[in-house]
Amino acid sequence: MINTNKAVEVINQYIDIPGGLLECLHGIQSVFGFVPKETIDDIADGFNISRAEVHGVISYYHDFKTSPRGKKVVRICQAEACQSMGSRDLTRRVEEILGVKIDETRIDGAVSLETVYCFGNCALSPNVEIDGKLHARVTSDNFEKLVKGEEA
Amino acid sequence: MTVTVYVPRDTASISMGADDVAKAISDLPEDIKVVRNGTWGMTYLEPLIEVQTDKGRVAYGPVTVQDIESLHQADFLKGGRHVLCQGLTQEIEYLKNQERLTFERCGLIDPLSIDDYLENDGFLGLKRALKLSEKEIIDDVMTSGLRGRGGAAFPTGIKWNTVYEAQSDQKYICCNADEGDSGTFSDRILMESDPFCLIEGMIIAGLAVGATKGYIYLRSEYPLCKVVLNDAIKIAEEHNYLGFDILGSGSDFFLEVRIGAGSYVCGEETAMLESLEGKRGMVRAKPPLPAHVGLFGKPTVINNVLTLASIPIIMSKGGDYYKDFGIGRSRGTIAFQLTGNVKCGGLVEKAFGITLGEMINEFGQGTYSGKNVKAVQVGGPLGAYIPPQEFDLSLDYEAFSEAEAVLGHGGIVVFDETADMKEQAKFAFDFCVIESCGKCTPCRIGSTRGSELIDKGNFELMRELCDLMDSSSLCAMGGMTPIPVKSALKHWENDFKD
Repeated sequence: MINTNKAVEVINQYIDIPGGLLECLHGIQSVFGFVPKETIDDIADGFNISRAEVHGVISYYHDFKTSPRGKKVVRICQAEACQSMGSRDLTRRVEEILGVKIDETRIDGAVSLETVYCFGNCALSPNVEIDGKLHARVTSDNFEKLVKGEEA
Repeated sequence: MTVTVYVPRDTASISMGADDVAKAISDLPEDIKVVRNGTWGMTYLEPLIEVQTDKGRVAYGPVTVQDIESLHQADFLKGGRHVLCQGLTQEIEYLKNQERLTFERCGLIDPLSIDDYLENDGFLGLKRALKLSEKEIIDDVMTSGLRGRGGAAFPTGIKWNTVYEAQSDQKYICCNADEGDSGTFSDRILMESDPFCLIEGMIIAGLAVGATKGYIYLRSEYPLCKVVLNDAIKIAEEHNYLGFDILGSGSDFFLEVRIGAGSYVCGEETAMLESLEGKRGMVRAKPPLPAHVGLFGKPTVINNVLTLASIPIIMSKGGDYYKDFGIGRSRGTIAFQLTGNVKCGGLVEKAFGITLGEMINEFGQGTYSGKNVKAVQVGGPLGAYIPPQEFDLSLDYEAFSEAEAVLGHGGIVVFDETADMKEQAKFAFDFCVIESCGKCTPCRIGSTRGSELIDKGNFELMRELCDLMDSSSLCAMGGMTPIPVKSALKHWENDFKD
C-alpha cells in the first residue's frame, strides 16, 4: 500500500522550485524505491501539469523506475571503455551468477540487474555498482565474492 | 610530531578501497593526521597515498589495506623505502610531463578547505574580475582563445559576449556537468578535487554577463560530486563568495546543483535546459540560441565544467598567459583521459598539439592486457575509431576535424586486438537507439535501421544512411553517430566480413 500522504509531503518540498519536477521524482524514488503510479495524480496537482506530462517525464529518464526494484541492485556499465576490458563477457557471467537477465528483476524480487552507461571510472574498467557502492576492475571471480558481501 | 598523510577521496580511489585505507592508516598507533585530498588523476596508481616529509610529499601506490602493515614496517611515515613507493609526487613522470593549469590544485589540496584554496591562488581571479568591467572580463576571455571544453569547442568569449549584450531582467549561468561520454571523467575529478575552482569560474561568468543565478546540471551517476559540490557551495556562502553582495562588491550570485536522471542526450545543451526546467530532455531547434532564449526563456550561458574551471586562472594570470599554451587555433590546455584497455590510465592535462601516439605509448604505456593496440576511440561514443597507423595525429581541434574525427571532451578509449570493430560499430547505432530523444526522424529511426543494416551486412545502404543522419539530424546525437560507424568500416573492413 502506497502512503500517498507521505508522497504529498515529499511533493510539497519541490513544487516551489523552478523546474523542480526531476528533483521531486528523485525525492519520491528515494522514499518508495520507485515512482508508484498512485503518486502521479498528486505530482500532477502539485506542479499544475497534466498526468500525461508527469508520465512523459518519468518514462523519458532511465533513472526513474515504475515498479519496485530488487532487494539488491546490481548496476553494470555497458559503455565503450568497459567493453574494451571485457564487460560483455562479464555481463553474461553476472547474469548466470545472479540468475537474472540484464535490465530485469529476478522473479523472487531478490535482485535487479541494470545497465548503466558510464560511471566515469573508465581508467579502472570494468565497473560494477552493488547497492550504491562502486567496484572497479571487476572480474567474474571477484564479483561472486563482492555480491555476497565479502571483500574481494 | 604529527605526520600528515594524504588519502584521496575521489570516486576512482574509493572504488579501489581508499576509504578502508584511510581508516587503516588512522588506526595505526602513531600521531597521524589523515587528510582526504582530491586526486592527482594518476588513476593507475590509486589509491595513491602521500606522506608529508621534509623533502616534500612522498607517494605510495596503489595501496590496499593489506599493504598498510608492510608500509608501517618500512617506516613510510618518514618516507621509507617500499616496493609501492613512487618517490616524490611532483617527480612522478606521468605528472611531471603534464601542463597543469585548470587542474593545478587537484590532488594538492583538501577540496573542502577554503584556506587551502586561498593559499593556492584561489579566488585571485574573482578578486581581479571584481575590479574589471563586464567588457574587460569578456575581452580577457576572448584573448585567452578558450573554446568550450564540453566537445563543441565554441569560443567562450563570443558566447559570453552574446549573453552580455542580450537585454533581460534575468540571466543564467548553467554549468553542464552531465559528463556522459564513456572514457571521460575529467569533470568529475575537477568537481571532486577542486570544487571552489568551478564555483569561482561560475561567479566570474555571472559578473561578466550580468547573471545572478547559476545551476550546475550534474549527472546522477556522480553521487560523490553532489556531496562535495553542495558542501563547497555552503562553505562559499558562509565566506560570502556566494549570495548577496559578494565580498562587499554589490554583486549577487546564487548557485544550485540539479541532478539529471540517466539520460545521455541531456548533455546536449538544449536538452539539458529542458531537463533543468523539469521536462523530458528533448532537444530544441536552434535558433533561437540559448544565449538569447535559454533557461526559462532567459539569456543563458551554458558552459562545460572545465570551460568554467579554466576561467579563474585566465582571470588571475591574464588571457595572454593562457593563450601561450597550445597550437594553431587550439589555445591553452585540454584534459585528456586515458581509459579502457590501457596500462597507465588517468588524467593528462596537456597543451594542445601532443600526438595521439605519444599519449598512448608514453603516458599510457600501451595496453593493460599487454596485447597490441587495435583501435582507440577519441571523443566519446560519437567519436571516431582511430587505428595505430594514424597515431601521429596531433591532438588539436583542427587536425582532428581534418581527419574526420573529433576531440570532443578529451576521452581516449584504448582497445586491444581482441576488439571486434563490427560489434563496436553496431553498438554506436544501438546506443543512439537507446539514448535518442526521439524528436527528429534521422536519429530516432535511422539508428534502428542502421543497427539492422549491420546485421544484414548491407554496408552500402548503411553508408547512405550515415550520410543522411549526418546531414539532417537536429543535434550531434544523430549527426555524429555515423562517425564511429564509418571510421570502423573504413579501417577494419575485414571485421565486417562474415
